[in-house]
Amino acid sequence: MEANSTKAGKSSSLRRRLAPYGLLSPGLIYLLLFFALPMFFMGIVALRSGTLETGFEFSWEFSNFSDAISRYDEQFVRSFLYAGSATAIALLIGYPLAYMIAFRGGRWKNVLLFAVVAPFFTTYLIRTIGWTTILSDDSIVVSTLNSLGVLEFFQTIGLTDTSDRLLATPVAVVAGITYNFLPFMVLPIYASLERIDERLIEAAKDLYSSASQAFFRVTLPISAPGIVAGTLLTFIPAAGDYINVIFLGSGNQSMVGNAIQSLYLALRDYPTAAALSFLLMIVILAVVMIYIKFAGAEALMGEEEEAK
Amino acid sequence: MSTAWAWLRRNAIVIFGALAIAYLLLPIAVIAVFSFNDPAGKFNYTWQGFTLDYWTGAFDLAPLNDALLTSLQLAALSTLFATVLGTMLALALVRHQFLGRRAANLLIVIPLATPEVVIGAALLSLFVTYGVGLGFTTLLIAHVMFSISFVVVVVRSRLIGFDRRLEEAARDLGAPPMTTFRTVTLPLLAPGILGAALLAFALSIDDFVISNFNSGQTETFPLFIFGAAQRGIPVQIYTLATMLFAVTVLAMVFVTWQQKRAESMAAVADDDDDGDGGLAALASGRVPEATT
Repeated sequence: MEANSTKAGKSSSLRRRLAPYGLLSPGLIYLLLFFALPMFFMGIVALRSGTLETGFEFSWEFSNFSDAISRYDEQFVRSFLYAGSATAIALLIGYPLAYMIAFRGGRWKNVLLFAVVAPFFTTYLIRTIGWTTILSDDSIVVSTLNSLGVLEFFQTIGLTDTSDRLLATPVAVVAGITYNFLPFMVLPIYASLERIDERLIEAAKDLYSSASQAFFRVTLPISAPGIVAGTLLTFIPAAGDYINVIFLGSGNQSMVGNAIQSLYLALRDYPTAAALSFLLMIVILAVVMIYIKFAGAEALMGEEEEAK
Repeated sequence: MSTAWAWLRRNAIVIFGALAIAYLLLPIAVIAVFSFNDPAGKFNYTWQGFTLDYWTGAFDLAPLNDALLTSLQLAALSTLFATVLGTMLALALVRHQFLGRRAANLLIVIPLATPEVVIGAALLSLFVTYGVGLGFTTLLIAHVMFSISFVVVVVRSRLIGFDRRLEEAARDLGAPPMTTFRTVTLPLLAPGILGAALLAFALSIDDFVISNFNSGQTETFPLFIFGAAQRGIPVQIYTLATMLFAVTVLAMVFVTWQQKRAESMAAVADDDDDGDGGLAALASGRVPEATT
């Protein structure tokens, strides 16, 4: 790069300096106009007062925020509870799966990766409708779980209200969310495991560490950035999700996404809706920041560094 | 007994992985199977009997066809715009030093970390504020917006492993910059761009949440499904979804094959290739691929 610019003439060095802006501006202007600006307007709308009939006007109506919290605190808590549980379960399923693909996949690696992303090739709604079929009241899954006493157990520990169905219970909603975002957990973990030099693990074993010590002292720490990225990529969409509640749950499981959707699209209470989405965004950002701080990883935003 | 136990211990992870894969594929299989179902009522939830009616009559529902057509047009257009804008951004980010790269990076990454419901709501807030009528155009604006960042991530992961000596060689042989770009850079980048375009297309066709907020009266395939789900789901939806799945799988196989070919072409002097970079980058759309 240095050598290039000294070799090249003055006009081409000017062109070189301007080139990135020519490449950047269309895309960045687009994102400013249709991502940053809408966010700003959502903030403006959140500070308006009035109703659909009387019209809305801007009035620094900060009470919209406190109203939104007090009216929808239950949905908020539920969202983070469901998203958190789904993320934890997805990690428990996703890590071993990613490990298997990375270290035991052999020549099936690509096929297995294909299978992990396969759900994305059908529409999100269709997948969820598929689960409605699988978990429907007289399905094999429900009757099997019922005869094994699992449903009764769920009822005993308070996960469900009834002992003969899964649909319209938190179990079904969390299962649906876990399923729908599982690939987001598997892929980054796989990417981080894939990069591990297997000689490191061999070295640990040569130095007389047991298989589990090698895993906990070598493999797990190296794959930590993948875990951080995976949990975030699962948690963030999960916390804002409202499809799984609509298809697999009921009003009793409604999450903050459901509240935002109905406030915007059915009740047309734009200020409260905007305030609620704004709060969701802020809480998610806060959770992400705290999490990244604790995880201490360069994940997610880490790509900034990588681009030299 | 002890050897069986040892075998089980050794292969527990494989068995678990196989079960997890089965879990991932289960709903797809169910959808495919139920496209051959002959449901008794309005809901296609229990198996009644085998029929081919909904495959031979896959395109019998006019509103469903319209919705699918709208989705295809929308996806094609948004893919085109997002791929061009995103590729330009990726080129700038990887190949140039410039002021404000942190801010540019942030503007590209934050949409990926924003829940769809918030993006949808924010865009609706903008459109409502300016009294913009909702319809195909607002859908297109939204789809291009959420696809750009994904395109950047995928194309960038390709650009980072790019051997620039090939371009230098072309220049040394006297090719002007535009010719070098057209005959060397673009063909080598093509699989990455193609992968990004495919991802953008899939994201657009699949999008429900953001569309839900900004569609007005326009109905896309997912929006039609959502509307239908309240009244009873026509079996044709299962059929079309199965077809779409098959077509996408074929497209993916084709792109992966293309990438493999390009990789063997580009493997002149490169050593960082791990053999599945193409698929891994495409598959892990959102994942920063830190190849050195």
